[in-house]
Amino acid sequence: MSSTTATRTGTDTARPPAPSKALQRSGDWARRAPLLPALIFTILMTQLPFVATIVISFMNWNAYYPDERGFAGVDNFARVFTDTNTRKAVWVTILLTVSVVLICLVLGLGIALLLDRKFRGQGIVRTMMITPFLIVPVAAALLWKHALYNPEYGLFNGLLKTVFGDNAPQPDWITNNPLAAIIAALVWQWTPFMMLILLAGLQSRPLDVVEAARIDGANAWQIFTNMTLPHLRQYIELSGLLGAIYVVQNFDHVFTITSGGLGTANLPYFIYQTFYTAQDYGRASAAGVVVVIGTIIIATAALRTAFSLFKEDS
Amino acid sequence: MSTATTSGTGTSSTGTTQEVRHAKPPRSGVILTAAAWVIGILFALPVLWMILTSLHSENDAAKNPPDFFAPLSLDGYRSFFDAGPWPPLLNSLTASVLSTILVLLLAFPAAYALSIRPVKKWTDVLFFFLSTKMLPIVAGILPLYLFAQKVGLLDNIWWLILLYTSMNLPIAVWMLRSFLAEVPVEMLEAASVDGASLTRTLKDIVAPVVMPGIASAALICFIFSWNELLLARVLTSTVAGTAPVFLTGFVTSQGLFLAKVCAASFVVSLPVLAAGFAAQDKLVQGLSMGAVK
Repeated sequence: MSSTTATRTGTDTARPPAPSKALQRSGDWARRAPLLPALIFTILMTQLPFVATIVISFMNWNAYYPDERGFAGVDNFARVFTDTNTRKAVWVTILLTVSVVLICLVLGLGIALLLDRKFRGQGIVRTMMITPFLIVPVAAALLWKHALYNPEYGLFNGLLKTVFGDNAPQPDWITNNPLAAIIAALVWQWTPFMMLILLAGLQSRPLDVVEAARIDGANAWQIFTNMTLPHLRQYIELSGLLGAIYVVQNFDHVFTITSGGLGTANLPYFIYQTFYTAQDYGRASAAGVVVVIGTIIIATAALRTAFSLFKEDS
Repeated sequence: MSTATTSGTGTSSTGTTQEVRHAKPPRSGVILTAAAWVIGILFALPVLWMILTSLHSENDAAKNPPDFFAPLSLDGYRSFFDAGPWPPLLNSLTASVLSTILVLLLAFPAAYALSIRPVKKWTDVLFFFLSTKMLPIVAGILPLYLFAQKVGLLDNIWWLILLYTSMNLPIAVWMLRSFLAEVPVEMLEAASVDGASLTRTLKDIVAPVVMPGIASAALICFIFSWNELLLARVLTSTVAGTAPVFLTGFVTSQGLFLAKVCAASFVVSLPVLAAGFAAQDKLVQGLSMGAVK
């Protein structure tokens, strides 16, 4: 029931060739016509703003000082690269993305394996597992910040008191480990996402081959490492890639849980603050350009992975 | 097939999974079932706690150690609905529904041109769409803001609708393409022999086969639009503010607010919870952009 995608044939699915050149050309445009609205709309809405960002990044433009607007050369970039806050934001973004994606993958794989068997209440457990993903991210961040982490009335410290009595330790979770607090809340939301994709991968595994291997004397561990994991590889890559796309842009949790304080400002939050609060349009744009260049480098590698992923055929 | 001895550790329990499916050794099966239940409950627990807290009075909600059996109260919901949540909720609904419709209208013909009658270099086009998802929204947000300011689209729901459309269009194109690739070509050829027009072919032959894909795409576009905060926060304020923006402004008040915040979070999440639970299989298809069916 679940086949991994996509490309049924090679690069250009060659249908029977058109008889004449003129006919072919009109055929080409007939083919392109349905594509154009979506393509033009996407270019207008996603590429044009980036071009504008590049232009503004070379300008001295702060909305608080409208008279000083002008060409700034590479000043904004120099400030972006020398500013410790920016470098810190880059580091936080990497740390946040890598740790959330890796933890979610490991947890998601373990839980998918647990759910990939028949047992009483399988449907209920699966439904409970996906619940975190269906909470609006801001709401989830508010829930973790106030209802779970709060040192005075949050559930975590409440449970500590319930279990250990009145002398139980009552740590201030967010202040003590601000980044870990954000990571935990994100892991809770994104593990179901990874789990669902990996579970679909597990359920598409050809069981007769596994059965044959078992009859040939392969033990459970051998079957897992030699058959299940290779089969799952593309599903692991897919969920890791998609998870990274979403987590790297995370704004809601940083904004809600710490407001970027305590050294947790990632790049999306940092740019938001530079532009929205400090009104430094030039510098915010320069930071944006740096983010895009960084993303292109990483995305090229990721896209290559995705490419092999979606081209691979059964 | 003696795996009972190894069922304690993490690595071997994964192996046992396969054993269980066929041989069902009772003891390890019970352990694995229990583990699945415990993990499921742990993941659902924060949400259950949110619902329980939302049904307590503010005083009971702020108790430490928590009073799990405090009398139930609707005060949290009352103060949430007194705070005027309907305009933002309606804005969210408008933005999510209309942008989803726009996405489908644009994505369906595009997916057709990338699968059934593919343009040249269609893989490049497909990956261009995906690459736009990798560019962070935040890097283009300033021009989007300045443009809206210039033409008077700030705090206008239509600007959000257009942006959400562009945000979700690549996902829908990828998804619908993967479904369209499974439409039987013979049926299309038969239709063209009969002289059916493009719109007719789309409507009568293609659409029925890809209806599940359209449903998945619609579900995931709706969820992502409903959830979006950054664009809404920067580009709207009092008139066109959406539910997530409303939520962020909800904790400014003095005094106890936990029950109220839990009630608000639950109500705002309710449409997503309902849609996601009702269509779990569609959710998987949508999340994987159609790669997993």
